[in-house]
Amino acid sequence: MRTEDLIKALDADASSKAMPLRSAWWLAAGAAIVIAAMVFLLTIGPRPDFMAAAHTMRFLSKFLFTIALAVSAFGLIRALSTPGASTARAVAWMAAAPLLMAVAVVLELFMVPEALWGTRMIGSNMMICMAFIPLIGIGPLAIFLWMLRYGAPTRPVLAGAVAGLLAGGLAATFYAAHCFDDSPLFVATWYTIAIAVLALLGALGGRFFVRW
Amino acid sequence: MSGKDEAELSRLLRAAIAGDEKAYADFLHRIAALVRGFVRRKIVQGGVDPEDVVQETLLAIHVKRHTWRQDAPVLPWIYAIARFKLIDAFRRRGRRIEIDVDDIAETFAEPETETVSERDIGRALDGLPPAQRSVVSAISVEGQSIGETAAKFGISETAVRVSLHRGLAAIARRFGRE
Repeated sequence: MRTEDLIKALDADASSKAMPLRSAWWLAAGAAIVIAAMVFLLTIGPRPDFMAAAHTMRFLSKFLFTIALAVSAFGLIRALSTPGASTARAVAWMAAAPLLMAVAVVLELFMVPEALWGTRMIGSNMMICMAFIPLIGIGPLAIFLWMLRYGAPTRPVLAGAVAGLLAGGLAATFYAAHCFDDSPLFVATWYTIAIAVLALLGALGGRFFVRW
Repeated sequence: MSGKDEAELSRLLRAAIAGDEKAYADFLHRIAALVRGFVRRKIVQGGVDPEDVVQETLLAIHVKRHTWRQDAPVLPWIYAIARFKLIDAFRRRGRRIEIDVDDIAETFAEPETETVSERDIGRALDGLPPAQRSVVSAISVEGQSIGETAAKFGISETAVRVSLHRGLAAIARRFGRE
């Protein structure tokens, strides 16, 4: 087929419309939140003393970290799914969640006697944490990978990994409302591992599923 | 020069997305020339046919035009897609050579590994379901309008548009999947 002929076909198809990628991302984010909320409420649900806990700094710091991760990953994945978009600023924002985490960990190490560090880190819920963050996040991850296919990521593996971080941040935000282990030492260890699992799954999805 | 291109091309693509077919044809011709220049500069040693990359890029730009933000510059978007398709063409060729050299018997046994080569979109067209293939080739190779194609096959114009759209999307997907 000559290029000229191809152009005729593309031009004849000019009226076909697809939703702008930017709007589609907001729709996907909404759908992902709904799915994560449903899985969360149908399985573990919030802890019974949620309202009381909401007044403690340790409990709130978990959300600071997970929401920062989700919001910054959402900014980056939108840039990564658009060819030619600048990613520098979005990448810089990705440092926010780890930095907040690092500050919280340092403060915790000052406040808690050394003998308790190990207990705080191990906590009591690590298996539930490592099972339910991926479980809550898998539906959102599928949506985000599908969105990457709808977009045009020129670095699909990286974009897939960021989809995993986004799903992880979202899932961890819900999970944090359930978990009794509020120490930053616990969060920095087990949340990170659980989110990394989703990031790895996302990278694999990016490699094998996100082709265009 | 580039600034003028930028303003003109984004104006054309905005008009095209708003439904102006003439603007879209103009846009496609201009970026075909731009991308051709870009690809020819990049391919210094032979093996990949620049025109194949031009065609794959045009098709990708078409099926992914909803990813362009209308308030963002259009040239970086076009070149990012062209670069991606160029790398893809080299990657595919590398894989194909491996099959040809190492295992000729297997190539004969599995002709489908050859059907989507980087060589041309025409061959991908042959792999479409018959209804889509005849509509796409009537409009492209034979240069007929939507109306003429509808009359020729005795189907509605809407059906022609749907087949054309699905056919083009399927060809684009085949290049991505390889």
